[in-house]
Amino acid sequence: MTETPRQVVVTGLGATTPLGGDVASTWEGLLTGRSGVRRLTEDWVEQLPVHIAAPVAVEPPLGRVEARTLDRVQQLALVAAREAWADAGTPEIDPERLAAVIGSGIGGVLTLLHQYDVLRERGPRRVSPHVVPMLMPNGPAATVGLAFTARAGVHAPVSACASGAEAIAYALDMIRTGRADVAIAGGSEAAIHPLPIAGFAQMQALSKRNDSPHTASRPFDKGRDGFILGEGAGVLVLEAAEHARARGATVYATLAGAGTSADAYHVAAPEPSGAGAARAIRAALRSGELTPADVIHINAHATSTPVGDVAEARALRAALGDAIDGVTVTSTKSMTGHLLGAAGAVEAVISVLALRERTVPATRNLDALDDEIDLDVVSIDNRSIPAGAALSNSFGFGGHDVCLAFTP
Amino acid sequence: MSQSDILEGLAAILEEVAGVDPADVTVDKTFIDDLDVDSLSMVEVVVAAEEKFSVKIPDEDVKSLKTVGDAVSYIQRAGVAA
Repeated sequence: MTETPRQVVVTGLGATTPLGGDVASTWEGLLTGRSGVRRLTEDWVEQLPVHIAAPVAVEPPLGRVEARTLDRVQQLALVAAREAWADAGTPEIDPERLAAVIGSGIGGVLTLLHQYDVLRERGPRRVSPHVVPMLMPNGPAATVGLAFTARAGVHAPVSACASGAEAIAYALDMIRTGRADVAIAGGSEAAIHPLPIAGFAQMQALSKRNDSPHTASRPFDKGRDGFILGEGAGVLVLEAAEHARARGATVYATLAGAGTSADAYHVAAPEPSGAGAARAIRAALRSGELTPADVIHINAHATSTPVGDVAEARALRAALGDAIDGVTVTSTKSMTGHLLGAAGAVEAVISVLALRERTVPATRNLDALDDEIDLDVVSIDNRSIPAGAALSNSFGFGGHDVCLAFTP
Repeated sequence: MSQSDILEGLAAILEEVAGVDPADVTVDKTFIDDLDVDSLSMVEVVVAAEEKFSVKIPDEDVKSLKTVGDAVSYIQRAGVAA
């Protein structure tokens, strides 16, 4: 007889996004339908086919000395982790029972590129001795692990745009299996630079609505033409339910389950039927002992690319069957842009708030639902939802599929 | 260059690199234990000192520079030699 896995709850939330420097301002931005997308003003922009992106609304509020040895992706992770930890009530915990799991799609790419310029222009003696810890993709996890003395394990799942969600799935597993009691889990990304923009643009993945930044991100809309590159971080404090109860913590929601799968179809394109994604969604339901009828809300991955949004719609119908007809679907990327490795974590924060507030922020810029999207996508006005389970999907280049399931 | 000029220059570098209060930078202080400069930041201090004082401090000599006073004397000697 196997022991029942431990229940895992969410006791703290943190975020810094294109809509705001914390969770409250991000949520307020979502409810009012603000756009975090803007025209870039850097001098390198004009040479690129894409002139718009979604930078964080608030520069990371760190001291000069603290910031100079941290890449921007580490700084954003630290800001979100500090908010989440404070929100959880700054728990007293044995460091050997605390884990930090922070994913990133690209890692410290701004440092990598800047220091390569330093090497070429000024020689190897001028290269920063901090360059390796700043550019390594586990840098954000290491920064957070050090800041909060997490000794149960520091991990950094890397699965492109599914990294943040995969980090939360990994932390769930750590707590369920007794390897940690508390985990600081999420994702961070800071890659607004001409090279990633040029690369994504060459893949035809980015929207070219340069003259209309606020309407450029249009998930599920007929006129969508690509995603908007965003930056930011999202972090959850996850905790064994009995640990949270024992210290009298405020519980936002239960992380009921998580599912992961892989397409093994193409390095960047989703499997068109959504079969891989559907397996992740089914796995999340099984993991949370949920049925399709329990699901009332889905925060879709829906990045606003022509192919991806349709494949996700098919995956949802394949996984949930007719039960999908009663589910309120939204894509908050219509406001935040696509935060790559932070997206799944920020959207987990948003899903938890939607459950708690019983309100789903409307998808913006959805003027005409694509004929191939057979989903109840909430648009124009935010929608009240009953109590139930919420799913948050994240998919990444490389064929990664992750689905998280939250319950009240 | 005088000892006090070098001390003042080092204090400015330490403030820039590691946020050390210039008032704490005295010849008897150790970089690592007293001023909390880690091994990576120490490399930055050395490179900045080379530039500021126009001297060469080879990597193999850096580990002998335990205190601010060690560094001041080293830079003074290296400056004369140059």
